[in-house]
Amino acid sequence: MPVSLSMQAFWPYIFIAIAGWLATDIWRWLGVLLGKRLLEESIALIWIRAVATALVAAVIARLLLYPSGALAATPVTLRVGAALAGFLAFLVFRQRVVVGIVVSEAVFLGGAWFGLR
Amino acid sequence: MKSETPVRQWPWFARGMRGVFSAPALILMGAFVGFCGFAFEAGMPLGQTVFMTAAVWALPAQIVLIGAMLAGASLPTAAIAVALSSMRLMPMVAALVPQIRGKSTPTWLLLLLSHFVAVTAWVFTMQRIHTVPREGRVAFFAGFGLTISVTNIVLVAVTYDVISHLPGLLAGGLFLLTPVYFLTSIWASARTPEIQYAMVIGLVLGPVFHVITPEYGLLLAGVLGGTLAFVLERSINVMRRRNGAG
Repeated sequence: MPVSLSMQAFWPYIFIAIAGWLATDIWRWLGVLLGKRLLEESIALIWIRAVATALVAAVIARLLLYPSGALAATPVTLRVGAALAGFLAFLVFRQRVVVGIVVSEAVFLGGAWFGLR
Repeated sequence: MKSETPVRQWPWFARGMRGVFSAPALILMGAFVGFCGFAFEAGMPLGQTVFMTAAVWALPAQIVLIGAMLAGASLPTAAIAVALSSMRLMPMVAALVPQIRGKSTPTWLLLLLSHFVAVTAWVFTMQRIHTVPREGRVAFFAGFGLTISVTNIVLVAVTYDVISHLPGLLAGGLFLLTPVYFLTSIWASARTPEIQYAMVIGLVLGPVFHVITPEYGLLLAGVLGGTLAFVLERSINVMRRRNGAG
């Protein structure tokens, strides 16, 4: 498919608009249409909330086990260990999110630092 | 909106805006700096990285999209990959809408505002919305959603050039923020036990289904894991009630 120069400059943006924007917002729009029919605290809403949570949990597991970017170069035991340590600290310290974040980052950065030497 | 008094909307909008200084918002900013590093490494130009942040506004989807563009995927292939990773937004928005909409909230406004729903806005809103009166909820969500997304779009534009000097270890640490933050904040915001069951089951089923079928792994783990958590909570409830009666 021959494309003109101006088309070539715009093509990545069109690509992002269709494969990124539309592919993501379509679910948000469907969610609005579905959510409008749901009553607060109905059985269907409780089920949908559980499905949403399990989906996010699957995303979390994938980010930790099969990461991309700078995390991909680190050992899987370090990533999972850091997340687990953070989560346990979070549970112990009355479910403070900040405690979980700080502990997991400390374990991760400490582990990576000493592992590198 | 006309039947709602406009005077009362602004204070709630402003209170939503102040959420940009909350812990979830600050952690998200850290995660976006990490994303910026990923986009830079992947060779995504500044303009496309900023446009993507504004247009998609969902970190996992943006990572999947960059991965697909890097691999030279066709438009339909990239769109399907992104759509699968963004599917979780449908039940999230569906769960949020009954909590925030007022009696006279127009559908077009909900459709417009739904763009701001991602894990951070979802957790932030679910945690705080019961402290906001019904007529101020849409304004509260709009104030938070608009402010947090504009802030991060600007942040991505500003940090893009700085990020090239970021050491790999620090970039990894910023990338780790997202999963740990998702895990702890959703757990903390759960007001009913099936949310925690769903979290644990989803964490286990996610990798299992990823190995079996990488394309549909997320979807299967979500629907099966969520349903299992739902059924588990219901049966525990029934058993407790029976024991209480006997």
